[in-house]
Order: sequence, then structure tokens, then C-alpha cells
Amino acid sequence: MFRSHVLICGGTGCHASGSDGIIDALTKEINKEGLEKEVGVVKTGCFGLCALGPIMVVYPEGSFYSAVKEGDIPEIVSEHLLKGRVVKRLLYRETVTEDGVKSLNNTAFYKKQKRVALRNCGVINPECIDEYIGEDGYQALGKVLTEMSPEQVIKIILDSGLRGRGGAGFPTGRKWDLARKLVPDADQKYVCCNADEGDPGAFMDRSVLEGDPHVVIEAMAIAGYAIGASQGYIYVRAEYPIAVKRLRIAIGQAREYGLLGKDIFGSGFNFDLDIRLGAGAFVCGEETALMVSIEGNRGEPRPRPPFPAEKGLFGKPTILNNVETYANVPQIILKGAEWFASMGTEKSKGTKVFALGGKINNTGLVEVPMGTTMREVVYEIGGGIPGGKKFKAAQTGGPSGGCISAENLDIPIDYDNLTAIGSMMGSGGLIVMDEDNCMVDMAKFFLEFTVDESCGKCTPCRIGTRRLYEKLEKITSGNGEMKDLDEIQTLCGYIKNNSLCGLGQTAPNPVLSMLANFREEYVQHVRDKKCAAKVCTKLFKYSIIEEKCKGCTACARVCPVQAISGAVKEKHVIDSNKCIKCGACVEKCKFGAIVKG
Amino acid sequence: MKSLAELQAIKEKMQGQVNLRDNDKSVRVVVGMATCGIAAGARPVLQAFSDLVQKNGLNDVSVTQTGCIGLCQYEPIVEITRPGEEKITYINMDADKAKEVVEQHLMRGVVVADYTINSSGMAK
Repeated sequence: MFRSHVLICGGTGCHASGSDGIIDALTKEINKEGLEKEVGVVKTGCFGLCALGPIMVVYPEGSFYSAVKEGDIPEIVSEHLLKGRVVKRLLYRETVTEDGVKSLNNTAFYKKQKRVALRNCGVINPECIDEYIGEDGYQALGKVLTEMSPEQVIKIILDSGLRGRGGAGFPTGRKWDLARKLVPDADQKYVCCNADEGDPGAFMDRSVLEGDPHVVIEAMAIAGYAIGASQGYIYVRAEYPIAVKRLRIAIGQAREYGLLGKDIFGSGFNFDLDIRLGAGAFVCGEETALMVSIEGNRGEPRPRPPFPAEKGLFGKPTILNNVETYANVPQIILKGAEWFASMGTEKSKGTKVFALGGKINNTGLVEVPMGTTMREVVYEIGGGIPGGKKFKAAQTGGPSGGCISAENLDIPIDYDNLTAIGSMMGSGGLIVMDEDNCMVDMAKFFLEFTVDESCGKCTPCRIGTRRLYEKLEKITSGNGEMKDLDEIQTLCGYIKNNSLCGLGQTAPNPVLSMLANFREEYVQHVRDKKCAAKVCTKLFKYSIIEEKCKGCTACARVCPVQAISGAVKEKHVIDSNKCIKCGACVEKCKFGAIVKG
Repeated sequence: MKSLAELQAIKEKMQGQVNLRDNDKSVRVVVGMATCGIAAGARPVLQAFSDLVQKNGLNDVSVTQTGCIGLCQYEPIVEITRPGEEKITYINMDADKAKEVVEQHLMRGVVVADYTINSSGMAK
């Protein structure tokens, strides 16, 4: 048995910052010191603090090392693992206080978090089913199959108030109930998992699959029992190779243990799972398109009704839930509906995972109770905005959602509050924007994504989003007219009302909410031909402040289009007709002589 | 696996091990692992405490290391702190004594007086 466990994050974030190399170096060093029988090295899922990866945590002390380098390993092994002397200089600085080392749970990043869906991420080895079982894994499935009727399972999910974490927030229990009852004589039903996480900036589903794949398998088996299905499919994008690999391993282990397959726990209940890989089309996250894609056809949505609960995959009653939704289910079964309903707000129970990105210090993954304010998420947990810049807005729900402006920072986050202010919960991507972001440009960015990802089946979405994009481009290039703003509004309404699926129905949301919250900025672009954030390149130019220029020629030499002229030790000038506004000269100038204006 | 009992067995086997990763525990066993401690044989003592705590499912006990406390001639030294009780310091420990201390002190609450620092006469 090991006296000490070294946990190293093997999630995509830390993997990218080199955790595999750290694991190799650590194993080698541990062997060198002869500690291989005393210290266990465990590759886990995501800890959440991706900005400071690679992350390493040493137990029993719970020492949290951040941004670990291979060169640090010998010191950690010889000092900490051998002699028990924590290497303070490598600890996450938030955990180091004047009077010693404080627990990770008391740091600003973790203090207000409540980990339900992510409870095992960064705690267990996701490739080891025994560790999952050691953390109460498959207990809920056992309880359901031996003590509860399907109706009781549905009732507890209903009572818990769990709503879909994929974005729309449909009550999960009601979905299961419909699938159980709508077609009483169905010969086959299906349970599907939506792991086609496509929003730019969202990665919570990936982290759950990478850090705790068994929780999804267990929850899907529970759902199968509740609605009367014997087969499930996990639809996951091929761009998530680590998640796919761990899911495959997990499904294999569950089958070997008889937790998937025939007659589970001797109850007579059969359930098995397969993975279907998506090619990365955003529209395949829409439920009907996803099912069409599983069937082997081109991923395009179809009209509803009939809803999947009645006629879904292969024409059979089907439920589709998101990864994070499933990750809550086993604990609701074990701890009860009241426990879950005690967290959150009146109509939004439990917690929500957010992927923090954009202009924020602690880029990463956080899970907070519903009802936490955006201010707490951005300033306390997220550590605020880099460089002391001012918060401008936060985009939730990615290209389907809207923005939250500074005056709404104190609104408790839940499904209904976000909808009321013209945004949406979405899957949980949270992109923070500061004063350097232009809201016309951001709207254009999200729209460019939907233009690209529209499947093309229906005209309002295929052509409407393209026309909308062109309007925004007209504004950012300085050719906008005031009537364009009204036309944008009309066109948005048209696309929303006439598109077949959620992709088109929500595509105008970023434009609408940014226009509503930052109309002045749009007007400024159109009327004054000015971009205050200096992002829209056609609306500002670079110039050299004469008094500051020393004539060092550094800017002229770095300019890729020879737009800067001037002799040595003489004032330089930028020819704005030639300038392509790449900004290379600004970075090069040591005297701060080049400004945007 | 055909029964809940089998699942339970795996859970219990794993719990002691996974429990190592929970650092919110009230009973602390601290083993001196400075150069003096290691030279005197503290590593097998630490390992013995760790193994026995996990094997016996003592989920409220953490086993950690510390540096030199300045009593090098008494190493290996082990300190045990239980909530609401005074710290007990064991000296000249080895793996067999560790087993006795786990069984008596940690599991039954009885201090093994013969191994404590008070027994050496030094404290007087």
C-alpha cells in the first residue's frame, strides 16, 4: 500500500502544458530514490485551475503544486516525498500564507465552489473502475436495481428539480417520464448522451468524460432502467481523443465487472452502451440532428413533434441528456432529492459548471451552486480581469447565448434570470470581455461561427445568418448606415421565428443582446465611424507621436508593408494608406511613441 | 459481479486507499523523516503506520511526515494527536512497535506508555 499519492492532472489542459512529461520524470525519480513501493502516482482528470497547469497534488498533505516543470521533480521527490518537507516555492501561491500552508478549499478559487458533477475530477484515476467504486461508484445503480421501481427513480429525479445542463433547461425527470409513458408498447427504447460539446470556449463535458467517465455510464444505466431501455449511445466528438479513450476503457471495465450487459446485479435488467463519434458539426448537438447522425445519416435536424420521447433514434422512444446532467444523477439517487433541491434557487436546483475563458485570470473550470452571482464567479473565483482592466461583459451560452453587462453582475445566475436579461444558461461557456473588446466585433465573431456551422437545411438560417454577418461587416468597415441597425433587428427576428432548429433560432442572440446592451457602441461605429475599443481596423489608424519618437528605425524595420518612413535619428511617419494595422510597430517601439487613434 | 455484496467488497478495499486523498481528518500521526529519522529507520515506521491505517479503514487518521524536532538520539519519533487530547510522542520506534501503537492507541484509545518519551526519563 502507498503511504503517499501524487495526483497529476491528465486532462486536456494540463496534458497540453506537459503533464505526461512530468509523470515520466516523476516515476523515474521515484524509482531512483527507491520510493516506488511507498509513493503512488495517479493520473487524474481536471482540477479546474487550467491556467496554472500542469497541476500536481501530493497527499496525505494535500499540497497543491502548480505550473510544475520537469526540472522541479528531483526537488519535490527528495524533499517532499522522501523527507516530508513541502517545497513551498512551487506551491500554488494562494495556498501559502504567512503562518503556513492553507488548504486548497480555502483559496479564493475553490472556496465558493461546490463540486457535485465534478466531484471525482482531480480525485480519482479515471482509468481505474475500482477507484470510482471506492468513491461510492455504482452504488446508485445497485440501489436502483435492487430497491426501487422505475417510477420511484423518475419521481426522485423529478423531485430533485434537476434540469438539463445542455442549455435549454428542460426538467430531466419530466423527459424520463414522457419516454417511459408515451409509447407503452414500444419494443425498444434508447438512452443517449449528448457529448457533442461544440460551443467555442466550453469544455465541461469533456472534463467530466476525461475525469470521471464511469459516472456517465452509471447514470445512463439508471436512466435505461427508469424508461425501460436496454441500449444506450454516447455521442461524442472525435476532437476529444482523451475523453473517447477513457470512455472506451471505462465501458470495457464496466462490462468486465458485469455492470453493463445482461442481468445486472441479478435483477434481470439488461443494459449496454456504445460510443458514436461525431465529426464536429455544431448542429449535431441539436437533439434530432444528433440522432440522425447516430443512425448513420447526414446530421440535419428534423421538425418536432414528434419529440424524441415518442419517436427518436431509429423511430423508437429515446431520451437524450447532456453529460453534466447525467453526472448529477447517481448522487441524487444516493443522497436524495431534498439534498439536491437544497442547493440553488427556487426554479434552478443544484450546481452549474462553467468554463471560464477570455479576459480572466483563472482560466479554467468551476462549479458553483445556482444563484451565485456573476460578480462572485468573475472577481472572486475567476480572480478578476488581467492587467487591472475594466469588466465590460460576459458571454454565456456561446454562439446561442447573449451577454451580461456590468450592471447585471449582481444578478444570481440561474436559468430564468439569464433568460430574463436576454442571455441564456447555455452549456456553461463563460467568455469574459474587457474594455479592449469591441461588441460589434464580438457579435461578428459569434455569428461567423454560426454562419459556418449552419447545416443549410433551412433558408432563414443558411442565408439569413450570412446576410446578418454582411450587415455587421458593413458596420465594422465604416460603411454602416443608421437604417442598418433597424434592419439587423428585423432580420434577427425573422431568423429566430422561421428557423427549424435551435441553431438558427438562437443564432441571432449574441447580436440582439449586444445591440440591446451596447447600442451606443453600435451607433458610434455607424454615425461617428469610430471603434472605441480600437478593434475594427478600418475605423482607426496608427500614428507616431513626434515628441516621443527617437528615430531608432525599429518600427520601420518590423513593418511588413513598408508603411513607415523616416531616416535614422529623425521623426518617423506612418503612411495610413499603406498600413495594414497589424500592430507590429507598436510592440516593437520602446518609447511608446506609436498610438491608435 | 453478480451481487451488491461484491460491489461493497471492492468499495471497502478501495476506500482506505482513496481516503488518503481526503486531508480533512482529525487524528494526526506525524513521523519524523529528517536525515536523522531516516538514518534511524523511520521509513519502515512511516510505511507501517500508513499501511495499517489503510488496511484497518481508519478513515479519520492522517499519516504524514515532518522534519527534525531536535531529539535526534530518540529517532524514529512519532507524534500522535487526537482531538481534545494532549500530543503523545513515541520514541525509538520500529515497524513492530508501530503495529502495537496502531492497535492500542489509534484503534482502542490506549496510549502505549512503554514507548513514549515520558518512559525514557528524559522528560523528568
